[in-house]
Amino acid sequence: MTIDSKTFSDRFRDPVVARGLIHQIEETADRPMRLMEVCGTHTMAIFRHGIRGLLPPGINLLSGPGCPVCVTDTMDINAFIALSQREEVILATFGDLLRVPGSFTSLRKEVAEGADVRVVYSPTDALDLAQQHPERTVVFLGVGFETTAPTIAAAVLEARSRKLSNFCVYSAHKIVPPALSALMTTPEVNIDGFLLPGHVSVIIGMQGYREFFDQYGKPCVMAGFEPLDILHAVLQLARQLATGEPKLENAYPRAVTDQGNPRARDIMSQVFMPSDARWRGLGVIPGSGLAIRPELAQFDATRRFNIAVVEMPEPKGCICGRVLTGVETPLECRLFGKRCTPMDPIGPCMVSSEGTCAAYYKYTGQQGNR
Amino acid sequence: MTDRILLDHGSGGKMAHQLMTGLLLPLFDNPLLAMMHDGAVFDVAEGRLAFSTDTFVVDPIFFPGGDIGDLAVNGTVNDVAMCGAVPLYLSMGLIVEEGLAMIDLKRVLISARSAMDRAGVQLITGDTKVVPRGAVDKIFINTSGIGVVAPGVRIGGDGARAGDRIILSGTMADHGIAVLTQREGLRFESDIQSDTAPLNAMVQAILAAAPAVRVLRDPTRGGVGTALNEIALKSRVGMIIEEARLPVAPAVAGACELLGFDPLYLANEGKLLCCVSDDKADAVLSAIRQSPFGRAATIIGRVVADHPGKVVMTTGIGGQRIVDMLAGEQLPRIC
Repeated sequence: MTIDSKTFSDRFRDPVVARGLIHQIEETADRPMRLMEVCGTHTMAIFRHGIRGLLPPGINLLSGPGCPVCVTDTMDINAFIALSQREEVILATFGDLLRVPGSFTSLRKEVAEGADVRVVYSPTDALDLAQQHPERTVVFLGVGFETTAPTIAAAVLEARSRKLSNFCVYSAHKIVPPALSALMTTPEVNIDGFLLPGHVSVIIGMQGYREFFDQYGKPCVMAGFEPLDILHAVLQLARQLATGEPKLENAYPRAVTDQGNPRARDIMSQVFMPSDARWRGLGVIPGSGLAIRPELAQFDATRRFNIAVVEMPEPKGCICGRVLTGVETPLECRLFGKRCTPMDPIGPCMVSSEGTCAAYYKYTGQQGNR
Repeated sequence: MTDRILLDHGSGGKMAHQLMTGLLLPLFDNPLLAMMHDGAVFDVAEGRLAFSTDTFVVDPIFFPGGDIGDLAVNGTVNDVAMCGAVPLYLSMGLIVEEGLAMIDLKRVLISARSAMDRAGVQLITGDTKVVPRGAVDKIFINTSGIGVVAPGVRIGGDGARAGDRIILSGTMADHGIAVLTQREGLRFESDIQSDTAPLNAMVQAILAAAPAVRVLRDPTRGGVGTALNEIALKSRVGMIIEEARLPVAPAVAGACELLGFDPLYLANEGKLLCCVSDDKADAVLSAIRQSPFGRAATIIGRVVADHPGKVVMTTGIGGQRIVDMLAGEQLPRIC
């Protein structure tokens, strides 16, 4: 891999163009509007570039359920921890999951107790681990959306062709469109338009949202992650609301096509099938998860290990669920910045680098009593 | 000598003596070390003493632009220099893993020696321990340093005043990214080099240009973002920095984008931050730019009376956001 210079991203951070877009947004936005950026990477970019403060006060940007770690249910986190406690298991995971608290402990605390948890940067690293440790079983924690699921599916197919019998995946994967529908039917949720996640859109394409759009008729714009991408998408949403003509639009055409990436989706469907999944904050959403197909059962950690998961209440006082649906902001949580901080998080939205609470904590300076 | 370090090399017996007289003493030779006493005794000049210690566990021990040897020397030299002192003497404690290739140990020590020469300091006492395989990873090094602070020099984290300019002596995050490029699972090709370098001469140049400089910091672990926050908290002042003025090498900026790191929080090992009154800012800036390690120095922002304890950044597109301290570790074992 070689690293190119930063000039490319500079083009999407031009202050003069930004001012022009902001001016157009001010001219267009003729009413207050609540816009949800579904994706955690958008939330972070909006904070990092100080975009909120540049928009007219009537435009309210809400963070949605698009941070994979944040929407992972406590029951799944408890299952990960239970797996880490098994002598024969090496748990392979992306780094963010380490600090997420389960009901009683976290993976990081289990590591201190001797659990073997390895942070990997790609699922193929987990395959290599399995090859190097034939006497152990490597369990990869599959957490993510349509963006990561294809690479993990590819790893499962690779494990089959390498005949690796000591590798499996705990699939807590989720897919985005059913969650958007669930948001629309959740009481209290009040959203005027959606900034759709760029990375997910690369895979599922514009066609992936059409059913959702046709059913609910809410303004929807797919957006990239640079400041100008985001401002451009906000302008398109404001225009749709001003004209009263909701549309499904693509403001990220340099990466997103109508069809998305059919090859990635094909690999995904060779390994996974839709299943019901439990989301933190949204509950069980039909067809929103990805379970490993029965013919690949040997790679399915939930089938290989008998993991007893009990339903547990959310941590007392934690409002992550309401934050994830845009009903409340972290500032309305009485734990925020006091008992719940990135150093000692209580809810997952404070842990993940894409979490809404972590973003508020890091970038707004509104940290409770600190 | 054997090809690899054995437990016996740390025993205090014959092989330890061999390592000492065959490698360490000749390499770091000076009259104070040659006394081979339990400690070194030396005279001090007028003024106050500055004393600092740091332990280096960087992984990997060799990285583009440096290794654990020069890093351990520069790190402590810089900590002493940031007190406004002229660093004079170092101690060095080695904890070596059994089985380390002798040639790697030599390479690290030679690099430490050249770093001492560059900084004009001497090693006057040391210690070597060897521990069984797995008890440490290859080699850990502790260095302590002593320096003399000239009369009248008062440097501290609490000295920033509203109206001061904030100067950064060069590009951010080079060390952090250089080490990262060598990590398992992330290896990538680049010509990014660690910035590890001694800053004592630069500090003396700053003090000559503006004897009243009150704040000097080297933004190592936690990066520029964390160091600025520490100064703002201690001095009870606010800071405003400008994203567009923050120097980052293009390759480093590209790597940060790709890997999702914020250069404000990545380690530097050859940079300093300085708060100086407005009227002296240009003189200090040109003094820093005279140094071979300060050519890209720039004023990145100013100290304000508003929002004490907080660092605010004006973003490239004109927005504002808080730059908080780093919470938790962005990258373990970076130095």
